[in-house]
Amino acid sequence: MTATIARPARPNFARRTWMRVRLLKESPIGMVGAFLVAFWVLVAVFAPWIAPHDPNESNMDALIDPTPTAVNWLGTDNQGRDILSRIVWGSRTVLAVAPLAVLIAYTLGCLLGLIAGYYRGWIDQVINRISDIILSFPAIILYIIVIMRLGPSAMNVIMAVVFIATPQIVRIVRGMTLELREQDYVSAAKMRGETAFYIMLTEILPNARGPLIVDACLRMGYTTITIGVLGFLGLGLPPPDPDWGGMVKDTYAMMTIYPHMSLFPAIAISSLVVGFSLLADGIREISLRD
Amino acid sequence: MTGSAARTVPGTPPGLKLVKPKPILELRNVGISYMVRAGELKVVPNVSLTLHEGEALGLVGESGCGKSTLAYAIMRYLGGSGRLSGGQILFEGRDMGKMSDAELRSIRGSRMAMVYQDPMSSLNPTISIGRQLMEVPIVHSGATEAEARARALTMLAEVKLPDPETLFDRYPHQLSGGQQQRVVIAMALMAEPSLLVMDEPTTGLDVTVEAAVLDLVATLRRKHNTAIVFISHNLGTVVRICDRIGVMYAGELVEEGPITEVFRDPSHPYTRGLLNAIPSLNADKRNSPLTAIPGQVPPILARPKGCVFAPRCIYVEPGRCTARPIETQFYGETGLHRVKCVRTRELPRHARPTAANANQAPQAEETGRPMLQIGGLEKAYHQSAGMFGGGGYEVHAVDGIDLEAGRGTTLAIVGESGCGKSTFAKVLTGIEQSTGGTVQLGGTEIGKTPVEARDAGTKRAIQMVFQNPDSTLNPSHSIGYVLSRAIRKLRGISARAARDETEALLKTVNLPTEFANRKPRQLSGGQKQRVAIARALAGEPELILADEPVSALDVSVQAAIINLLVDIQQKRGSTMLFISHDLSVVRYLADHVAVMYLGKVMEFGKVRDVFAPPYHPYTEALMSAVPIADPDVKRERIILEGAIPSPTERPKGCPFATRCHRKIGPICDEQVPPEQRTEGGHRIACHIPLEELKAVERFAF
Amino acid sequence: MLAFLGKRFLSLIFTMLAVSALVFAAFEFTPGQVARKVLGPFATQDQVDQLTERMGLNRPVYERYWEWLTNTASGNLGTSTLYKTEVNNIIWDRLGNTLILAAVAFAIIVVASIFFGIAAGMREGSKLDRAISVASIVTTSVPEFASGVFLASIFVIWLGVLPGTSPLESSGQWSIAAQLVLPVSVMVLYDLGYVVRMVRASMVEVMTKPYIRTAILKGLSFRQVILKHALRNAMIAPFTVILLQINYLITGVVVVEAVFAYPGFGRMLLEAALAQDIATVEAASLFAVFVTVTTQIVGDLGYMYLNPRIRFA
Repeated sequence: MTATIARPARPNFARRTWMRVRLLKESPIGMVGAFLVAFWVLVAVFAPWIAPHDPNESNMDALIDPTPTAVNWLGTDNQGRDILSRIVWGSRTVLAVAPLAVLIAYTLGCLLGLIAGYYRGWIDQVINRISDIILSFPAIILYIIVIMRLGPSAMNVIMAVVFIATPQIVRIVRGMTLELREQDYVSAAKMRGETAFYIMLTEILPNARGPLIVDACLRMGYTTITIGVLGFLGLGLPPPDPDWGGMVKDTYAMMTIYPHMSLFPAIAISSLVVGFSLLADGIREISLRD
Repeated sequence: MTGSAARTVPGTPPGLKLVKPKPILELRNVGISYMVRAGELKVVPNVSLTLHEGEALGLVGESGCGKSTLAYAIMRYLGGSGRLSGGQILFEGRDMGKMSDAELRSIRGSRMAMVYQDPMSSLNPTISIGRQLMEVPIVHSGATEAEARARALTMLAEVKLPDPETLFDRYPHQLSGGQQQRVVIAMALMAEPSLLVMDEPTTGLDVTVEAAVLDLVATLRRKHNTAIVFISHNLGTVVRICDRIGVMYAGELVEEGPITEVFRDPSHPYTRGLLNAIPSLNADKRNSPLTAIPGQVPPILARPKGCVFAPRCIYVEPGRCTARPIETQFYGETGLHRVKCVRTRELPRHARPTAANANQAPQAEETGRPMLQIGGLEKAYHQSAGMFGGGGYEVHAVDGIDLEAGRGTTLAIVGESGCGKSTFAKVLTGIEQSTGGTVQLGGTEIGKTPVEARDAGTKRAIQMVFQNPDSTLNPSHSIGYVLSRAIRKLRGISARAARDETEALLKTVNLPTEFANRKPRQLSGGQKQRVAIARALAGEPELILADEPVSALDVSVQAAIINLLVDIQQKRGSTMLFISHDLSVVRYLADHVAVMYLGKVMEFGKVRDVFAPPYHPYTEALMSAVPIADPDVKRERIILEGAIPSPTERPKGCPFATRCHRKIGPICDEQVPPEQRTEGGHRIACHIPLEELKAVERFAF
Repeated sequence: MLAFLGKRFLSLIFTMLAVSALVFAAFEFTPGQVARKVLGPFATQDQVDQLTERMGLNRPVYERYWEWLTNTASGNLGTSTLYKTEVNNIIWDRLGNTLILAAVAFAIIVVASIFFGIAAGMREGSKLDRAISVASIVTTSVPEFASGVFLASIFVIWLGVLPGTSPLESSGQWSIAAQLVLPVSVMVLYDLGYVVRMVRASMVEVMTKPYIRTAILKGLSFRQVILKHALRNAMIAPFTVILLQINYLITGVVVVEAVFAYPGFGRMLLEAALAQDIATVEAASLFAVFVTVTTQIVGDLGYMYLNPRIRFA
């Protein structure tokens, strides 16, 4: 029932993207998600202007009474550092590490998944077997091994996340490639002499984009959780730079006396992940409508 | 001349009361709508019809005309967003709109039952066949397990399924498509319903299997005196089953009446259009082009105010036809024939082409070397038996075929699913490689060369038109990109020159040049196939492979695409390999025909030789199975037993021996049949002598 | 079918071997480093070399791997440098504790996810469906340590009805059962939503299948359609997903046990990792992988049982 409407010449990229963003209005849940994510992105971008204090500066006076005041709106932590400022700066950490990790994992995952699904045969077997082995590790074991061997740093966290996420993306992309490579337009491309590279990137990958966008969005959420969990377990970024998981770890022992120290960073990370998940759901819902 | 056959019958037709006393189903001004985001979609605005005890009514029309919607409305099953927006549906005198859920449940499956289009997905994959059947008597008549079991076994035997006891414990995926549909029919008839609604019950089945299923339905219907609503897009199948026919267009019942009357004297222009679009008896690409209906079915929200068919009608009279909705009027002698057209009585009487007015044009005689020559071609797939079994086995999809096609001619390959015709095409394209024999294109051997390794000239020489319009074009690319990319790759010309060529190609396939900016989802099925043809033409190929290019299209669109293919081929002089299961299309456009079965060519020859005795027994069965859209054509029906064997269990002797109705003895099972040739190049692979094969009646086509 | 099982079994052995080699390589490939880790950063290079010699770490890699593999297979898991005792002496108690936690959580996840998933998926787009779906999305998006903070704020600090830590000692104020409530809740909250969505998605898909329409038009009631025709088919796809949650639970216990100071396998693993206690981490990793891989086989068996298409292929 697609109406055949004459369209003006191909709109430019920015316009098309904006048209797609506007589509999200159809999904209230997606809008809530988009709002939460946009909020944290803005906070991260404008962190130096938003944060009222230096996130690593200890205020000795605050140690006596760390609860929220007019100066420290969300109170201070166990070392007298302003919690609001640490949360604001902490969003930078998360929103730098998570997208980078997801981007790298996607580049690798798409490439390997396309190759495995398109060529099949021995190369598929090899890629598949390696993915199986990585996937049979409980994620935490891998994180522990990587961090134990290489020590805690942002780079190593990214590596660990990429190591675990890539095989999952390979699976998705491979599955879709296996299906799409059987489409007649792929045969037509082969028959006019296109290279395998062209077929994978131009004929196959664009048609897998719908589910991949949704997955990428969800994965941003999961990666945020992973970064938080690693921080909480003491396997994340080295102190003193603020990271939300680490903030909870440092203050959790004082939970019964000063719950606000743990509560605010916990709310921060939860709201960002909820944002990503709701956004993913909204995108999925809208893409199913066409 | 106008309306000589029509007799005005004002008001109620007098004949109606005489025919059959007991109406089973009455639709009174039924309207059906779907609520969507855009608002209310009136899929069926207003339909009235009556069905009497034991009567069979066929509903035909193209896709999107509301026939399936109507069928499900009769079962009062419209899903979450559908509803009955007006009128009444009376079943056995009771208003279904007023029934409670419990009442509905008590008649569904017992008084009215349904048979579906896709039997495989209509049966629950995790419950055994027997259990699924037993549910019906257990739910409806409170039968005990033993009673239900006995009843299920009786029904399985009644639908002529072999060995009901064994079948009882089978799961759906273990049955062939034809067997699955028999199970669905058995399930529908378990409680002896008075009404059976069949929604495209044979679409997707092979033609010989279809014939057997239709035969079964016809028998059971007489036996149980069941009324049937039979939905189909194929006029031929309706003729086999039904007493009456209703033609639907854009949600309206535009013509309805006794089947012989409607076929002899179709009075709505749309009905005529449907009939004309089918390749008629003895018509041939050289003497008469097919008549397509121009345009396409309008989207529901854009339906015209007056006659819904007016925008596509060749008889349209602006004003009279387009001003206001059209009333139904009665027509013909019996008063049972009604039509929704204001000009019915002014139209010239429809002339059906007959064998008499068709003159056989001389066949194009090919000259010089054949363009395509295939010798002993084999394609086997290796099936590994797993890690422990070792070895594995070979599946021969194509098992030694010899064929040739002359330059500028059309070679058609006919056969049912699994006969290897698509594998054959894949070998030609280079997507798959042969495992034996030769394939020569203009003298170059290409059978074992994968497409990546073919030189530019060979790639350019062979192009293909695919079956499925939805997968033939990349949904991410615009039409203009698709075409210009193909032109640039195949001809190696600049992007600017390719743009002009793109416009030229679009014109060649009769599409407006603005289509270059569109994406495939903005096109209809027929338009997509046109683009696919244009893409195949981009490199000006010498050989066009067309793998079932029209089988997914509606009949009116099908005709236009066939005309286009014939036209292009004649203008460009390219060779065409046309793969199809549709014999009437093949007879219309082929010069040579090869009939394939389980990877072998059973019969090969010029089209007039293949379509005349002597027939190979398989060809004979195929021809007898094709449903002909003409109630006056009576032909002997050969019902084949069993299903097509899977390529893994290929018989040792003649591949057709397991189902052959003319099997002469063990020789058929044990020895590969000899190829018998006539002087005209007609070949038949059969143990029965040609003289004997000749002694059958010629099938009209 | 036997061939299929055999194939899976071979693949299990292969995976376990590959994983053990990987784990071994990760920790012990460079011999000097092991001794260095044992002795700490202030030991001299001489001491390191001596220990390397004594531990036999300068022998070829494959020889040491084989020895380690046979030792591990025969139950000799080595000595923990953190707990100063045989790994065997601590790991089993810890596993026992974790098993209680994981088993209770898993049982709740299975039952609740099927219940909510089916309830949401049987009528797509209904109010119930939307409520369950949104709730699932939100609960799976809250990291375990954060939901630990939230639950502790409510039930420990504000209401004071539950303990904030779960040392599993019955001597104190709280019973063992009370100590289990919060750890189990945190695991269930995080994981349940994900499984519910899987079950729901499968159910939604099944409900659009033509055979459901067949069942309805056969005259069955909605209840019968759901129970007899939809349920079993809807469980085929999520079955593997549900079993995969055992894999998740291993990750989950590490976090949850850290949050609630629960004396289990997960906390042992984390403490050992932070203290560079290689023998313990190796043993724990192998065990964890063994559990996941075995689960996969069980998953395949169950899948075959549920799906006659594979059973009678």
